[in-house]
Amino acid sequence: MRTAAWVISLWAVLSGAAVCEETAAAIGDAERGQKMFKRCQSCHELGEGAEHKVGPHLNGIFFRPAATFSDYKYSKGMFAAREGGLVWDIDGLSRFLEAPKKTVPHTKMSFKGMPKEQDRNDLLAYLRVFSDNPQNIPEAAPTARKVEVVLSPEILAIVGDPEYGEYLAAECTTCHQADGGNDGIPTITHWPTESFVIAMHAYKEKQRPHPVMQMMAGRLSDEEIAALAAYFEILE
Amino acid sequence: MTLNRRNFIGAGVVTAASLAAPMVLGAGKPRVVVIGGGPGGATAAKYIAKGSKGAIDVTLVEPSRTYYTCFFSNLYIGGFRTLSSIAHSYGTLASKYGVNVVHDWAVGIDRDAKTVTLAGGAALSYDRLVLSPGIDFVDGSVPGWDLTKQNKMPHAYKAGSQTELLKAQIEAMPQGGTFAMVAPPNPYRCPPGPYERISMVAHVLKEKNPTAKIIVADPKPKFSKMGLFQEGWADHYEGMIDWIGSDFGGDNVEVNADEMTVSIDGEVTKVDACNVIPGMKAGRICEMAGVTEGNWAPVNGHTMQSRIDENIHILGDSAAQGDMPKSGFAANSQAKVAAMAIRGALTGSKVFPAKFSNTCWSLIDTDNGVKVGATYEATDEKIAKIDGFISQTGEDADLRKATFEESVGWYAGITSDMFT
Repeated sequence: MRTAAWVISLWAVLSGAAVCEETAAAIGDAERGQKMFKRCQSCHELGEGAEHKVGPHLNGIFFRPAATFSDYKYSKGMFAAREGGLVWDIDGLSRFLEAPKKTVPHTKMSFKGMPKEQDRNDLLAYLRVFSDNPQNIPEAAPTARKVEVVLSPEILAIVGDPEYGEYLAAECTTCHQADGGNDGIPTITHWPTESFVIAMHAYKEKQRPHPVMQMMAGRLSDEEIAALAAYFEILE
Repeated sequence: MTLNRRNFIGAGVVTAASLAAPMVLGAGKPRVVVIGGGPGGATAAKYIAKGSKGAIDVTLVEPSRTYYTCFFSNLYIGGFRTLSSIAHSYGTLASKYGVNVVHDWAVGIDRDAKTVTLAGGAALSYDRLVLSPGIDFVDGSVPGWDLTKQNKMPHAYKAGSQTELLKAQIEAMPQGGTFAMVAPPNPYRCPPGPYERISMVAHVLKEKNPTAKIIVADPKPKFSKMGLFQEGWADHYEGMIDWIGSDFGGDNVEVNADEMTVSIDGEVTKVDACNVIPGMKAGRICEMAGVTEGNWAPVNGHTMQSRIDENIHILGDSAAQGDMPKSGFAANSQAKVAAMAIRGALTGSKVFPAKFSNTCWSLIDTDNGVKVGATYEATDEKIAKIDGFISQTGEDADLRKATFEESVGWYAGITSDMFT
């Protein structure tokens, strides 16, 4: 995976194009992942009725920014990671699981890490079964991993105007709560700028399927998407 | 979007600054009065106060201390929501954003003196006035019905006690009884609303009173999401609902609230509950302000300013703006454009090009949601539709459930956007 990402980045540099996520492919074997999860379940609950134990419950984790449960006491390290834009998407989870203490210094999680990529993929495939809110994983069925499509470096390089973003964002907050709450429509605050830009372009290009988002993104210019990303990243 | 943003912003700033200069230099803060605390007014008050960070004095005039959203009130009728779950108050607008919330009726507007008179006697001065009073009913729209009949034949088209009353009457129907609805002519608040309501009534009756009948007399030949509703009614409430459109005499209706009868194209039916949704017009205060033409108040889509008085902005149901439907979502969207324009005019803040959007979700039965939506832009002539979508017939159960869950999320989102 590391190698693959590096190859793609290199290709991106060589071809003058940057890459972004899109469409879906299976990430791993959820059945095997269920077995991997035995290593997690002494601290984390998952499934119906799951509650916070030593660690927070893991239902619906996909696309949730780090440290967002108000009723769980996170480490300072995890709050810092959230501030830094850590989101529990596939890559965020995979990096964390690979080396928790390295990815999030001072995390309370005492797990030493899961170095094999296949193990992580299988575990994530299993976790994703419990991210059953379809709004949170609009791009595909469970156990899918996004694959890359092309977005030009000029688009990714645009520095958004947060003041313009604030005005444009008023259109988003009719549905997406400005305080990051999620009652059926996913939270969009504190997204890393690049993920935000990529996701919006994916809707604009109709590669993510949600019709409302396709419509909303469809009329936004590249600058406007950058402005929104800039605003939501810093929204208090 | 064909406007070049940079040019547009530049032009906007210059205009705003030149307009704003005298007021900024004048004594005291500029004042905005907002009449109506629904999705248009509450949102406008919040966004003006929040965006100006105290530089504009904002007063919100709303008679009710508790606001019941019209959106999702059908879900209360259907038993999917409690009444308290659609109730909101204005405390946070006051405490967090410094909006002066006045619970009173606006009874007069003097456009020359720029004052609003309240029923309690006070007068409020404004530099800009926002009118977002929702709808009132057209007199004589349904022969035999006027507001004095609203307890026997509720409209339930302003949420709260009317909605409670209608729900109680539906639940009190005798076994095998008849529910009638007189649907409104275009244009009216919430185009799918009457048909979502029919779905919710059918849902209740199917459980509690499965031999009951539903008749809809409709002055229109077709309606919003018609294919979706008719498919849903056939699948979920087979044989219960008789929709009579204008092609079949649905436009020739008379009601008798004392006898509880409905006459449709000359055929008189005894009914056990009757929901009369009359023709609508702009909230009465618009007429009193003299900013209406016909039943509605025409506005300029770039700023939501009245075409009759540029010191007045009109939002939501009352406005004649072009292509947007009269919905809570639309009012909320228009409020943000107006708030930006007002801040620009009064404090010289940046003005960006107007963008609008709308989505209307409707519930057909448990976990069976559908939606229709569009985006819009302002042209000199009107608010014009750019792009849209609608749910499809034959969608699978998972998608319909996801659409319903999304509507619940939207409800939480928009009410948070309005009130907190």
